[in-house]
Order: sequence, then structure tokens, then C-alpha cells
Amino acid sequence: MKFKTALLAAALAVASFAQPAAAVTFRFAFQGDLKSLDPYSLNETFTHGVLGNVYEGLTKRDRELKIVPGLAERWEMVEPTRWRFYLRKGVKFHNGEDFTADDVVFSATRLHAPASDVKTRFPADTRVLKVDDHTVDFVTSGPNPILHAEWDTWYILSKKWAEANGSAQPQPQAGQQMSYAALHANGTGPFIITEHQAGVRTVFKPNPKWWGKPEHNFDEVIFTTIANDATRVAALLSGDVDWADPIPLQDVERINASGNAQVLQGPELRTIFLSFDQYRDELKYSNVKGKNPFKDVRVRKAFYLAIDENAIADKVMRKAAVPSAIMISPLLFPLAKDFTRPKADPAEAKKLLTEAGYPNGFEVTMDCPNDRYVNDEAICQAITAMLARVGVKINLLAQPKAKYFAKILVSGGYDTSFYLLGWTPGSFDSWNVLANMYRCRDEKGAGGNNNVGNYCNPKMEEYIKQILVESDTAKRDQLIKAAYQLGQEQDWGYIPLHQQALAWGVSKKVKVVQRADNQILFYWFRKE
Amino acid sequence: MLAFIIRRLLQAIVVMLTVALIAFTLFRFVGDPVNMMVGIETTAEERAQLRQDLGLNDPIVIQFARFVGNSARLNFGNSYQFKTPVIDLIADRFPATMELAFASALLSLLVGIPMGVYTALHRRSWLSNIFLAASLIGISLPTFLIGILLIFLFPVTLGILPSFGRGEVVRIGFWTTGLLTASGLKALVLPAITLGLFQMTLIMRLVRGEMLEVLRTDYIKFARARGLTDRAVNFGHALKNTLVPVMTIAGLQLGSIIAFALITESVFQWPGMGLLFLKAVQNVDIPIMSAYLLLVAFIFVTINLIVDLLYAVVDPRIRIDARPA
Repeated sequence: MKFKTALLAAALAVASFAQPAAAVTFRFAFQGDLKSLDPYSLNETFTHGVLGNVYEGLTKRDRELKIVPGLAERWEMVEPTRWRFYLRKGVKFHNGEDFTADDVVFSATRLHAPASDVKTRFPADTRVLKVDDHTVDFVTSGPNPILHAEWDTWYILSKKWAEANGSAQPQPQAGQQMSYAALHANGTGPFIITEHQAGVRTVFKPNPKWWGKPEHNFDEVIFTTIANDATRVAALLSGDVDWADPIPLQDVERINASGNAQVLQGPELRTIFLSFDQYRDELKYSNVKGKNPFKDVRVRKAFYLAIDENAIADKVMRKAAVPSAIMISPLLFPLAKDFTRPKADPAEAKKLLTEAGYPNGFEVTMDCPNDRYVNDEAICQAITAMLARVGVKINLLAQPKAKYFAKILVSGGYDTSFYLLGWTPGSFDSWNVLANMYRCRDEKGAGGNNNVGNYCNPKMEEYIKQILVESDTAKRDQLIKAAYQLGQEQDWGYIPLHQQALAWGVSKKVKVVQRADNQILFYWFRKE
Repeated sequence: MLAFIIRRLLQAIVVMLTVALIAFTLFRFVGDPVNMMVGIETTAEERAQLRQDLGLNDPIVIQFARFVGNSARLNFGNSYQFKTPVIDLIADRFPATMELAFASALLSLLVGIPMGVYTALHRRSWLSNIFLAASLIGISLPTFLIGILLIFLFPVTLGILPSFGRGEVVRIGFWTTGLLTASGLKALVLPAITLGLFQMTLIMRLVRGEMLEVLRTDYIKFARARGLTDRAVNFGHALKNTLVPVMTIAGLQLGSIIAFALITESVFQWPGMGLLFLKAVQNVDIPIMSAYLLLVAFIFVTINLIVDLLYAVVDPRIRIDARPA
């Protein structure tokens, strides 16, 4: 009895010792590294997401991805080509400097510096003019209704700080000199980076002087890279981290059953799709010689109908995917609901192939990454089997992303006949999709730079030009809809497959906000 | 003796140059570094400019000469991923790998030698049989599997010991150490066991074999005949003579522990050089890859050189053989 009491006392002592006036630490792990703290040197979702807790743009996006004021309190279009932004007053950078219009003008120049990887945030011919200390004008060469659509990840740097530390330019990729801004951060956001060891760990502390009202309850946030899938899952299950991403599909059930953590599988914005070489006169990788079967719209449609996307979403993706009828996520285009995906119909596909002159099908090589998207290689294998049913023999070439992108993108001379790719429009707007993938391009990639198969239709070019300058939202949406109808239901230029699901593993102790653009903005998170 | 040392040094330089050549040519064929450095929206002209800036358009011979020259001055360029000098990244990671490697080596010696002695002295006991069976597992199970099994046993199921990382570290000058904090020591346990298990079984079997050999020799029989205690015979005479080859092997194995720590580091997300190298391979970060390969080659060559020289000191026959005829 005495022994038991002693034991109990000891246990209590240990328990009370283990919980001092608890500082709340949020720990999160990602498969990749936080490669650079310079927000202009790498255009990557994860880097931008994490830096979004430290740096801020003139505008931000809220939990539903709507554009809301950030460092700019409000803005207006003075003329169709002149936007005026009124800056928030009394905002300070982490090092104590005041935030003014000079910093915005400086950041705009830096954005278009040669080594910048985020030049798409606004067109290079936009003039940025300081009106007074807290007012900035953006003068565009033509009307541009989506000028500020990507500005939630155009982060404002301090002019004085960057210049004093030799970081007025983003670190050139090939440069030998050390970049201060790649290893240190000085933003205006709710968190300050207090320690950063590239590729190992990064420590954040709340910014006590932030202009906004903090919703989080963290005293400290620690980021670690955990590259190995099994280790990342184990770290989440054992409580060593509170948030882990991505979770492999086969571990989802186990984590949900564990009681310590759960997997949040909201839809992601990226659309996974297939397309074909539709411009070369002869396919590079096929047994059809002297002509290109994919130039025939019937063959493209036949491929579309032969592939059973529902089966892919169900079986290959284990239901962690939403089949998509068009090349953009329905979350980003209000009229997406007007499109439905035609059902798979192998018989009809076979008929179309026969009409096109390929009653026995043909052979073609398919390029596929094997470490880029969720189950990418497995998707390609499923498609190989589905196309075999209509007589098309696919030779599958699945490679690591390093080799894959070098082959099929502009640097490899668009060296493919049939390929799988994923696309997230950086601006969350259809124009980005259309401009990148539906505009004609030349051999060097001018035009639709990521239009790998070179889909090309003069009527589509016309639509894209109109959409760029149309500022009436309803009219613009109708134009976009017409463009998708043309590209999808008449030309069958692409085969959109699905939007894959996010795969955040989250401890039961933490409440998070999961935005469809997969950015981890932990200033909205709370931990018990 | 001087001629011997010079000859050894020349050989070492040839080895280093060969490794440099292999590293250099190999990396010319691993993906396109430009693609890994930029985002998907970068235009063709920007890519071409980058190629030019990186010197990827120069003739191969010039690229190689530049590579050797820079490497000799420890200038490995900037990492493509981190945009910071490779030498800084490696210096940052070096202590982590070294602490792990030495902890494993120490563990394998402290556990392996006593187990080897025990199994040699008590060949038929049931404990010896258990040790031998267990050592088979240690030799045949791949490292990553042992690591994952340990993670699922200790942190996940039992809830003790951390599942990844190095814990809190203390910075002393350029060196970061996890040996001075409780969480750092805890974090070291599982990775050190994982990495050291193979060496431990190797040393155990080696000690056992050598001991059995030595115990059969005449001078041991003579020592017993003189009436020395078992303790004096076994440890004073037998074990001492066993340790010469054991130390050689352990020294050489230290090189491979450092070089092959990368699997253990990947399983436990141990922030060492091996992990840096693995990530570099995935991202075609050529400067890191070549620096790592050269560094590992350098460690091996240095250890070999030291062992060779020590041999020459210990064993006069080598010195005589090495003298030019």
C-alpha cells in the first residue's frame, strides 16, 4: 500500500514536472527542404507557403482564397490602366524599420531582376510609381483585370535591409557570392525566423509587433524536413510532429485509426492531365510513319473515351482524387459546373479509331514522371491497360522528374509524343491555364510555353486575347467558358484527369486551416 | 621510409584524381541541372542564359580542369538548391555525421569485443548460440529495415525515444554537438544502434575467430602450463594478440561507417552529410554531389594512408620490402 502511494506520488511529481507553464510549440515536417528564404529565388508552393507566415504581399488571400487587403489597406482603379494602392500605415519590418512606398517600388524592381524566379507576378512593362509615402500607382500597358491576382505571394522586402546586406538582387543561380537574403528573413508578417539551418530546421517566433490580430496561440514553431515517408508517418504517430505532409495514400487508414492524428484530404488545385504531340508531321515515338495520328481529332477523342477516369480515381488514387472535366479546378472557375466529363466508352473509342483509319490501333510511347505527382506512374500503367482494350499499344517510359522534365519541356525540345503532366495556375485564374497551355507556340517555347503538344487554334488565340483585357467579370467568365468548350468538347486537345487530394497528416491536438492551394499558413492554426 | 611515404602520397593523389574524374563525368549525365534550379514558368531564353553562366556550354576538358582546380581550393561552388556555398553546407552537416559515426563505432567495439570474447571462451553455452544467431540477423538485415523496425518499436509503440532528428544541439565554435543535451543523447540512441549493428556483429565474429585461433597456439598452452590464471591467459595474452587485426578492421570500417551513414541518416532524418547527398541526388544538385564524393574519397584515402604508415611503423618487413631494390 505504502509502495503504491509512493509510486503515485512519484508519478504525480513526474507529471507536474513534465508540464511547466507550457510554452506551445507547433512542430511541422515536410518531405522537401525550405530551400531559400529569399522569396524571389524559387517559385515553389511550399517555400511560398511557409514564407507567407513571415513576409506579406500588398494583397493576401483568405481561407476561401478570396483576395483581401494585406500590406495595402485598399486599392482602386483610377483609370483602366492605372491602379492605385493605399498602403497600411504604422507597419514595421521585423528589424524595426518602417514599411513605406519605397519598399514597394524596390520590391517591384527586384521582382523583375534577371535572377528572379517569380517574374510572372505582374507584367514586366508595368510601371510602379510612388505617389507619396503610403500610396503607389501601378500603370499597365493595357487593361489588366487580374493584375493583383498573384500578389499574395509577391512578398515585400525592405529596401534598406536588402541593400545594406548586399541582397538588392535575388541570388543568381550561378553566382559564387553568398546571398544574405537566402539565409535570413526580414518581413512584416506574424512570425519572425529566429534560426535557419538550410535543409535541416527552421525556428519561428511570433512577431509581437505585427499589425494584425494573431489567431494562433504558438510561442514557437519548428520546421524540420523529413524526406523518408515511413519516418514522417512515424513522427506524426509518435507525436514528435504535429503536422506532416504529404502522407502516402497507403498510410491514410492507419493514421486515421490511430487516434492520435488524422489525414485531411481536401481537394488540391492542381489538375493532372494527358496530352499528345499534335503538331509534328510524324510522331517521334510511334510505329505510324509519315503521318501523325494525333492531328486527327477523332483519335484524340478516342483516347479520351478509352480512359476510365472514374476507375483511376477509385482504384489507383484510392478515392483521393476528383475527376475533372476541364483543365482547371472547379474551385477556381465558377462556370466549371456547366461541364461534365463524358463517360468512358471503349466501344465508341474503337469506332472512332476505325473511322480515323486505325482499326487495329497503333503503337506510341508515353512519357510519365514517377516521383512528381501522387501515384503518377501507377496512373500511367492503368492508362496503358485501358488503351490496350481499344488496340492502342503504349510503351510506357516512366522516369524520375529530373530526367522527365528535361525531356518533355522546352529545355528538351518538347521531346515527347504522349505525356502526363500537372498544372496549377499561379494566379488562380483561367487566363494562366489558357495562356500557358492553349496558345500556339514556336520551337523555342514563345507563346504557350507549357503547351507541350502544341495545341493550336486561331479561334482560341482570339478568345485568349479578349479574356486578357475584358474587365467585366460576367462577360469574362462567359468567354472563358467558350474557350474551354472549344478546347475540350470540339478540339479534344487535352485529357484532363483529376485534381488529386491534399494529404496533410494532422495531430488531433491541432486545429488547422487547409486551403486548396496547399499553402501552410500556420498563423491560422491553434494547438491545445 | 621517406620514399615509401612519398610513393604512398602519389598513389593517394592518383586515386583522388580518378575519383574526381568519375564524379565529374558521371554527373554530366544525371538530368538537367538547369531544370531543377528554376520553376516551371521560366522561359527558354532565361534557361539558356543560366546554362551559359554555369559554364555548362564549355568543352568538357575545360570544365574538368576548372572543377579540379576549384575543388583543390575547397571551392565547390554554390548549391543549386540552397543558393549558398556547398562548403558551408557540408561544414554545417559534418559534425552530425561524425558524432553518429563515432558513436556507432564506439558502440560496436564496446559491445562487439566482449561478445566475441564470450562466445570464443564459452563455445557451447546457450548464450553464445543466441549471440551467434543474433549476429546473423545483424549481418543479413538491411540497415533501413532495422531502422524502421526500431522506430516502430520504440517511438511509435512504446512512446519512448524520438523518432527522428538530432534533438537540441549546442554550438561550440564551428562544431555543433548533441552530446551535451538530454534530448540530443536520446536522439542518438536509435541511429547509433542502426548504423553500428552491422559493424558490431562483424567485430564480434572477428574477435571470436581470432580468439579461437590464438587459444590454440603454443604460447597459450605454455602460459596455462605455467599455471597462470584463466583471467591472465585469456585477457592478458590471448585478447591482446587478437586486437591487432581487430583494430585494423575497425579503423578501415570507420571510413565505411562515415560513407554509408547516408541510409541511416535518411531513415532517421539525421541532419548529416549523407542526407544532404541523398537530397542532392534527387534534385540533381551537382556541386553537392561532387563535393560529397570527393570528401568521402578523401576520408578513405586518408585512413588508408594512416593505416599503411602505421603498419610500416609496426611491421619492419613492410619497410624493407618498400625499399627500392
